[in-house]
Amino acid sequence: MKKQIPIYFVLVSGIVMIIQYFIPSEESEWLFTYANDWVIVIGIFALALGIWSLLRSEFKKLKNPKEAFYAGTVLFGYFIMVFTALTREGREAGTLHMNLFNNILIPIQATIFALLAFYIASAAYRAFRARTVLATILLLAAFIVMLRLIPLGPLSAINQTAVGWILAVPNMAAKRAITMGVGLGAIATCIKIILGIERTYLGHD
Amino acid sequence: MTIWDRIMNLDRRWIYLCIAVVVIIPAVVSFKVPVATTPEVKKVFDFVDKMQPGECFYLGIDYDPSALAELDPMTYAILNQAFSKDLKVIIGCLSQFGVGMAETRLAEMSAKYGKKSGEDYCFLGYRPYPAICILTMGVDFRVTFPLDYYGVPLDSLPVMNGIKNLMDVKGVVDITAGNVADFWITYGNGRFGFPVALGVTGVMSADYYQYLQSGQIFGLISGIKGAAEYEELSGFETTGMESIPYQTLSHAVILLFIIISNVGYFATRGRKGK
Amino acid sequence: MTTAELLWNTLAAILTLCVFSFLIKDNPFYKFAERLVAGVAAGFWTMLLYHTNFHDKVVLTMQNGQWAYIIPILLGIGMWTRFSKNYAWMSRFSIAFYMGISTGVSIPVFMYTNIFKQVSATMIPFDGTVNVLVIIGVLCSLFYFFFSKAHTGTFGLVSRIGIYTLMIGFGAGFGMTVMGRVALLVQRVIFMKDYFIGLFGG
Repeated sequence: MKKQIPIYFVLVSGIVMIIQYFIPSEESEWLFTYANDWVIVIGIFALALGIWSLLRSEFKKLKNPKEAFYAGTVLFGYFIMVFTALTREGREAGTLHMNLFNNILIPIQATIFALLAFYIASAAYRAFRARTVLATILLLAAFIVMLRLIPLGPLSAINQTAVGWILAVPNMAAKRAITMGVGLGAIATCIKIILGIERTYLGHD
Repeated sequence: MTIWDRIMNLDRRWIYLCIAVVVIIPAVVSFKVPVATTPEVKKVFDFVDKMQPGECFYLGIDYDPSALAELDPMTYAILNQAFSKDLKVIIGCLSQFGVGMAETRLAEMSAKYGKKSGEDYCFLGYRPYPAICILTMGVDFRVTFPLDYYGVPLDSLPVMNGIKNLMDVKGVVDITAGNVADFWITYGNGRFGFPVALGVTGVMSADYYQYLQSGQIFGLISGIKGAAEYEELSGFETTGMESIPYQTLSHAVILLFIIISNVGYFATRGRKGK
Repeated sequence: MTTAELLWNTLAAILTLCVFSFLIKDNPFYKFAERLVAGVAAGFWTMLLYHTNFHDKVVLTMQNGQWAYIIPILLGIGMWTRFSKNYAWMSRFSIAFYMGISTGVSIPVFMYTNIFKQVSATMIPFDGTVNVLVIIGVLCSLFYFFFSKAHTGTFGLVSRIGIYTLMIGFGAGFGMTVMGRVALLVQRVIFMKDYFIGLFGG
């Protein structure tokens, strides 16, 4: 019963929400609105799990002398953000909480991703070689697209037109085919979940 | 070991050093690079430009600091344009760190133009599960966000008078770096049919031309170049246009690396074949 | 730049350099910055969740007498049993609620957005060379992904055109990706430039 009832619920609610799409009435809209709003409320509690999980693992690491300093750093950052925003007003622009956000979180996160520029240059140098016909086509397309940010004088207009054509025709066709495939796959997965064929989300006993 | 062997086996730190030197050059020697406007960016600009003072649109600031470089200039340019035209803006965040960025940018822009929260704009804040939020906002903002970010009930905000849901605004401009863009298209435009435009990172932008062609989005601002184009059109220059010279030199160097590596590949491949 | 702004920007600049030091090799400064951002991010998110989500959607609904919201609140609390060996089964009801609603809502819109709209946009309006090229590109790319038949003969030729189209798409995507990644670095360089100008009174 502990597994059966959730599966039956998914079946009934899934079918109800599909049928609801085709019924334009006030009652149908009411059901749609509040069913979705209840999901948001459940989500708020679910997100707290992630935070608790992080804190639990960091507190455990405090006992290990090798990891204690870094675990302490995580917890220091966590609690300083918590204690600087005990009120709703403490989260507005110009407060200590937001200054910490702007001057710790933003620069570190932005810089971690900025490292990717170096990696992509290195990857382009090492791996982007015209070994096969397919690799050559990929290389040429990328080359033309990358040229658009370089002023080429009279060739710039030709390059812009070429890039516009590449993005609007072959690129669009390729991505559309992928989207259709992904869409069909997603619909199939949703149907499998509703029918109870796919049950991995329930976890194990 | 020939010169080509050395070049093919170059330590990656030399490449890092070249990139580092090249991106510093425009910081020391400034120069301007012209940016050609594309139709997809112009459509977003025209959408905001054609609105009359007092009309309202929804601006989604759905990105994290990791995408700040490309998307912040778009946010600034659109807010500059909207506030200078006395448009009403409803701002929402469906990405958790977007709230911090939106709050700071809004504070700056509202101070610049003398705009007041609740009267000229409404900052809704953040909710989890973007897809579900879009669905509920399409029915009633007040169900998803009974209060705004500052704790004021939406019903008491003059800017929200006559605006029940996303169908009551002129359109949605969503600036995002994640799959929130897909949710706005699928659950927003797909379910309710309201006009949607996107501002996305360069990495993602190639995937959205299909939606542009099908009319599911009416405009697309692609990455830092798109941001620079928008700044050029709107006349409000921030880091978008400023970044283009850096982009030009970096791209030139990376293209040079690709050419050298391919020449070296063909040179050594011919030798290995013998 | 005021003194307070300068001090905050100095903190940001130091942390930026700590992260950039990773390019030389992994080191304690980078590890410190990495751990600090994890803690700060979690702390920011905790208070965001508490003030604007938990208060507005849980506390306020109870204060306003919307007693029906007890059901999602109990289901939400049920999610917390996920880590318990004896009571983890309770979280299944919460997950089932979310899965049932979201999958039911998704199917019609996925069908419309990803299939109907895309197919109709490919075929309509049927005019001009560009449209024909798009139709050929989409069909050939779709044929490429059909692996139940060997890619030989005419079918092989069609899937070959498909993979060429896909490669052009991926190449275009790579070109845009380079722009995107470089932009991330450029923004940090501009920040450091502005910081040094502010520091030395430019």
